[in-house]
Amino acid sequence: MSTAAYDDRPRRNGRGTLPIRLTGSRSPGWWGTVCFCATEAMLFASFIGAYFFLRGSVEAFAAEGGKYVPLTRPLIMTVLLLTSSASAWWGEQGIKKGDSMRLRIGLAVTLLLGVAFLTIQASEYAHRETSWTTSAYDSLFITITGFHGAHVAGGLLMNAYVQLRAWLGHFDAERHEAVSNAVLYWHFVDGVWLFILAALYLSPRLF
Amino acid sequence: MSTVIERVELEALSERLEHTWKTPKTLYGELSSVDHKKIGKRYLATAFTFLLLGGLQAGAMRAQLARPESRLLSPEMYDQLFSMHGTTMIFWYASPILSGFSNYLVPLMLGARDMAFPRLNAFSYWTFLLSGVFIYSSALAGVMPHGGWFAYVPYTNAQYSPGLNMDFYALALLFLTISTTAGAINFIVTIFKTRCPGMSVSRMPLFMWSTLTTSVAMVFSMPALTAALIFLEFDRRFGTHFYDPIRGGAPMLWQHLFWVFGHPWVYIVILPATGMASMIIPTFCRRPIVGHVYVALATVSTGIFGFGVWAHHMFATGMPALSTTFFSAASMAVSIPSGIQVFAWLATIWAARRHVLATPMLFMLGFICLFVIGGVNGVMTASVPFDWQATDTYFVVAHLHYVLVGINLFPVLAGFYYWLPKMTGRMLNERLGTWNFWVLFVGVNLTFFPMHFVGLRGMPRRVYTYPAGMGWDWLNAVESVGAAVSVVGVLLFLINVFWSRRSGAIAPANPWGAATLEWATSSPPPEYNFTVIPTVRGREPLWERHDALLGVAGEEDFAPADAARAADYVGVYTEYRREGEPDPASLSLPTWRVLDEGKETLESTLLDADPQAVLRMPEDSIWPLILALALTGLFVALLFKAPVWTAIAGVVTLASIGGWLWPTEATFPPPRTAS
Repeated sequence: MSTAAYDDRPRRNGRGTLPIRLTGSRSPGWWGTVCFCATEAMLFASFIGAYFFLRGSVEAFAAEGGKYVPLTRPLIMTVLLLTSSASAWWGEQGIKKGDSMRLRIGLAVTLLLGVAFLTIQASEYAHRETSWTTSAYDSLFITITGFHGAHVAGGLLMNAYVQLRAWLGHFDAERHEAVSNAVLYWHFVDGVWLFILAALYLSPRLF
Repeated sequence: MSTVIERVELEALSERLEHTWKTPKTLYGELSSVDHKKIGKRYLATAFTFLLLGGLQAGAMRAQLARPESRLLSPEMYDQLFSMHGTTMIFWYASPILSGFSNYLVPLMLGARDMAFPRLNAFSYWTFLLSGVFIYSSALAGVMPHGGWFAYVPYTNAQYSPGLNMDFYALALLFLTISTTAGAINFIVTIFKTRCPGMSVSRMPLFMWSTLTTSVAMVFSMPALTAALIFLEFDRRFGTHFYDPIRGGAPMLWQHLFWVFGHPWVYIVILPATGMASMIIPTFCRRPIVGHVYVALATVSTGIFGFGVWAHHMFATGMPALSTTFFSAASMAVSIPSGIQVFAWLATIWAARRHVLATPMLFMLGFICLFVIGGVNGVMTASVPFDWQATDTYFVVAHLHYVLVGINLFPVLAGFYYWLPKMTGRMLNERLGTWNFWVLFVGVNLTFFPMHFVGLRGMPRRVYTYPAGMGWDWLNAVESVGAAVSVVGVLLFLINVFWSRRSGAIAPANPWGAATLEWATSSPPPEYNFTVIPTVRGREPLWERHDALLGVAGEEDFAPADAARAADYVGVYTEYRREGEPDPASLSLPTWRVLDEGKETLESTLLDADPQAVLRMPEDSIWPLILALALTGLFVALLFKAPVWTAIAGVVTLASIGGWLWPTEATFPPPRTAS
């Protein structure tokens, strides 16, 4: 371990400074997060693909999958998630300027909105008249929304972890890679929700 | 701060780097090592062990099928053997062995000091190993998976397969996808961000193109398998109805999801091997490959085509004619990029400056033959009417084995003969290697060629025995003899490896006179790979002599990658050193080429590979192993339906992730002081 005497000054390549990379888009950590989001997106694409495949090819499924699903709760949930993306972005912009307090507030608001989303989702489940073993449609509906809920919960754990580190003063204007990656993942989870909303809740009203 | 370090003493520099990068030779040190070369070798050894296990299963099946009405194996045992054979070979051998080569070679070919995420790399290996142990532990209870490697429902649902067999299959594969995905992301980011200066996209070795294509295909195709397995486990465990046609599900859903994953996977297990061919064949033809750009494009387009052909596995399921026509056409279209690659290799051989017929080249020639046979019978089965005749017969078995043995095993063995000297520092025996090649080549053809005929004569695959007098008897006997010959071939390889460990000739840095950067450092390479970060000015840096080795007027002087080990380097360096050029023992270098103040490598821009930043590498860490063990606990708890233990293992898993990510001084140094 030679970390004690580590020289952290910027190094030069003859054309300008060559920084020790800690954060920012197109850094290895950012690319890693993007790839992770891509593979997760394909998981949800497979789920939603399964939904449309069954709706298109199995009559019993189409009868149920084509039914109107109540929209009140999912629309409230959508607003909550989109707002939470905005607050996460607001917090991240704060730490980019070195404002750690703004980061902590942004993350806390995001956390609360995420918890509210999960609470409403739980109440939606509680109001369902069928269980997930009733039919293939119920199985798929619960699996898709449940996996998304689990991803929201995962995003909230990341949020709490980053929040903890923010309180310990780990982040400043130049070093906040963990914040950027967690926020990127949160935007991704919110984006997935829009596809789920479109497929499971809105598409039966269209075709 | 000056931009150039005057007179770097390379001897002293390599000592400093060794101190920084060395893994202590203790058990704890080995378990926590994140060195990509160690991990690559572990991948290779583990995957080869799985090859031997899968081979033993195949041997048992060939013994059973050698004559009609044999009662050597029970039907249930035979089901488990062919399922484990396929699952092992496809998932725990064919792809991981290529990951092993990529792990070892990618940073070396890129001129980097390690992968972009070294700890994630260690984690990929541990989860690969432990998921394999997980699925093989089913053998202890006699409940190995028995639904074939593609596990079609309804055979595999709770009603028709009530035991733990298919739970082992589903959970082990879910476990393995974690390893595969993590590894794929690591390769993508490594190839994007850690190429040495000068290695723009157009100068990347072709093996990088195939590894990159494969990794992207993994990232995009694995989730379909994950979804299929999740549905299967939910159906089996909780009574959901994804695959239950009575309640609105469909067995066809499994087939679509499985093959959406499964066909890209076929290219995942062959593309890195074709990349190896594009590295090895030019070396032994002493010229750059013909059509470098076209081969790169063909590699990428094969990967893309791979996503559009999945339903050719399902022609006999009664899909609409329009679908089958589309997938038939798409499947035939794959032969275009494959053909481009084959003709590029042939043209390279045709236009060779000199033919060097060493063992790696022999295996590559064998590979081209088998690739063409596997391609031609593949085009045959891509035609729907023919496929209806051949599906589920031994003709398909012949096709897929020509593809997998020919396009995976032969290049892998070529790769071992070619790169093992780099890894161990010792050459393999050429005479034994020649025997190895011919015995295996004869054995493989003897085993699989007659399968075309028994298939056309109607023998279905996956039958544990057959009646006499169907016209299959003597062909099956020949196949079994061929299998025995193949076993001898593989044994000759193992003997060669063990012989070389003790008595092989000492390998110089570049024993084959190859062109790419992995040969620019000693055999075996030091922990830090390169004493100074190399730079390249073309696709074949080591063939460009002084341009690559000594720099060009107007730029900084630079050293050969590992001049400190000049003894190893003499052959390459002094041979090409021109009068008046500097002595490599001591040079002036820009500071970014030295990077000796901690575990560091260079981060460069995506397209042009311009130096961009210094990338800090983590120290060795035990967390990847802890996390992999926690996941093992989680999957065991899921297998035995133990909710409390599942919850405990889940919490431990999350805590391990937290512990892993918690910043250390190395990954997250204290804020810099103004200087």
